[in-house]
Amino acid sequence: MSEPIAGAPNGEPLSSDRPPAPSPEEAIRPDGRWLAQVEAASGVKAGACYGCKKCSNGCPLSFAMDLHPYQVVRYLQLGQMDKLEGSSTVWICASCQTCLTRCPNQVDLPRLMDWLKEELVRRGQAAPEEKVRLFHQLFLKGVAKRGRVFEGELMAGYMLKTGGAFGPEAIKNARLGLTMLKKGRMKLLPERNKDRRWLKALFREPKGGSHA
Amino acid sequence: MPEVSYYPGCSLEATAKDYAESVEGVCEALDIELRELPDWNCCGASAAHSLDHRAALNLGARNLALAAQGPSPLVVPCALCYNRLASARHELLEGDDLVIDEIKALGGGYAGVEVVELNDYLSSPEVTALAKQRATDLDLSGLKAVCYYGCQGQRPPAVTGKADYENPQGLDRLLGALGVTVMDWPFKTDCCGASHSVPRPDLVFTLVAKLYKRALDQGANCIVTGCQMCQANLDMYQEEIAKQMGKQVYLPVLYFTEVMGLALGIDETPKWLKRHLVSPKGLLEKAQLPRQTWERL
Ligand code: SF4
Ligand code: SF4
Ligand code: SF4
Repeated sequence: MSEPIAGAPNGEPLSSDRPPAPSPEEAIRPDGRWLAQVEAASGVKAGACYGCKKCSNGCPLSFAMDLHPYQVVRYLQLGQMDKLEGSSTVWICASCQTCLTRCPNQVDLPRLMDWLKEELVRRGQAAPEEKVRLFHQLFLKGVAKRGRVFEGELMAGYMLKTGGAFGPEAIKNARLGLTMLKKGRMKLLPERNKDRRWLKALFREPKGGSHA
Repeated sequence: MPEVSYYPGCSLEATAKDYAESVEGVCEALDIELRELPDWNCCGASAAHSLDHRAALNLGARNLALAAQGPSPLVVPCALCYNRLASARHELLEGDDLVIDEIKALGGGYAGVEVVELNDYLSSPEVTALAKQRATDLDLSGLKAVCYYGCQGQRPPAVTGKADYENPQGLDRLLGALGVTVMDWPFKTDCCGASHSVPRPDLVFTLVAKLYKRALDQGANCIVTGCQMCQANLDMYQEEIAKQMGKQVYLPVLYFTEVMGLALGIDETPKWLKRHLVSPKGLLEKAQLPRQTWERL
C-alpha cells in the first residue's frame, strides 16, 4: 500500500485506496424536492453549483469545518438534510463572503449557511457548536430588549450559561475586563433606544432568542 | 464644511472609545461635520443575520430610514456595521415586504441611502489632499505599516460596489501621502474570525497568528486598521497568540485615524493611543517621533 497523502481537511489521513462501493442501504438516494424548497425559502440558487470547489479552496475557516462549503451545497442538491444537521460547518462559517465573491455561479453560500442555522434552530435541533449558537442567541436577546448591545451584560450572561463563571477562562476574561475598565473602555451602564415600540413588534414572536 | 450622516455603532460607545474619539478629533480637524443618526439601533451584527433574517433586515431598514432624513452619505466606522447596512440596502432594492409597519412608517427611502465606510470616505482623493495640506511636517517614515482592511468592508462586491475588493488601496494611499512607510502584503482582506472571538477563540488565534506572521515577514512594525473589530481582535490577544506561536511579536495595532491624528498634530492623539492593550510606546519611540507623543503611554 502506498503512503497516505497528508493534508485532508478534517485532519484524517487520505488513503489512496479506493473505498468500497456503498451497500444499497448506505447508498444516497437523491431527493430533488428539497433543493426546490430550500431555493425558494432561502433565495439561494444552490442548484447552480457545479462543484468546482473554488469556494472551499479559499475558505479561511475550512480547517475547522467537518464538511467543506461545497459539500453543504452538494448535500442540499441531493436532499440529504440529515448530513447537515450534525455538521459544524454552518456554525463555523464566519460569513467572510470570500466564497460568494469568487464563485463562478454566484451561489450565495453565506446566506445558505444562515438559512440553515435558522432552520436548524427552528426545528429545535441541537447545534454541534453549542457555544456559537448560545452567543448569537444572547446577543440577539440583548438587541430585542434595548435596541443596542451592552457588552458587559452579554459577556456576563455568556459566562454564566457556559459554566465558565469560575474557571480559569473566567479569571482570564475578568482580568481582560479589568484592564479594559482601567483603560476607560468598559461601559458600566447600557445604552438603549428611546423609541422601543418597533422592537416589541419586531421581536413579538422571539425567534432564535427563545432557547437562550 | 461637508456634513455627513454618522452611524457610530454599539462598540464605539464602549470598548472602542479610543476609535470614537479619534474619528471625532480627525473629522473636526478636517472640518467634516458628523451628524449622528438620531436614536440609531444596533446593526444586529453576526447574531441577527445568523439566526433571524427578518430581524437583520429590519434592524438595517430602520437605520437606513433614519439616514434618509439626514445628509448624505451615511458614513460608518465599523466594517461589520457597514456590511450589515449595505446588505440591507441591497436587499431592500428588491422590495420591503419583510419590513414591519412600525419601521415603514418612518418614511422609507432606505434604498436611496448611500452607505460608505469611514476609511473609504477619509481616503478619497479630496480628503487625502486636504489632510496632506493640513499635516504638520512630522516625519512618520519610521512607521512601517501594513494596512488591514478586514473582510466585511469589501465583500461581496455586488453589495459593496467596490472594484478593488481583493486588493483595496485607499488606506495605503492615504497613509503613504502622510509620510508613513506603507508595506504591501497579501492579507489585506483576509478574515480574522472576530465573530467567533468569544465562543471559539481558538479559531481566532489560528487566523490572527497567520496575519502576524505575514506582517512580520513583510518587515512591518505595526498594523493599521479601519475597523474597531479588526483592531480589538488583533490587539487584545497578542501576548497569548505570540506565546502559542512560540515567537516574539510586537505589533501595535493602530487605527488609521490615530495615524492621521499624529500627522495632523492633534494634541489628544496620545490619549487615544493610551487605550490600546499593546502599547505603541516602543514603536513611536523607535520611530523617533517627538517625546510628547509617547512619553505618557
Ligand atoms: S465555487 Fe460555487 S460553483 Fe464552485 S463548488 Fe463552490 S458553490 Fe459550487
Ligand atoms: S463565508 Fe463562510 S463558507 Fe464562505 S469562505 Fe467565508 S467562512 Fe468560508
Ligand atoms: S474583524 Fe475580522 S471578521 Fe470582522 S471585518 Fe475585520 S477581518 Fe472581518
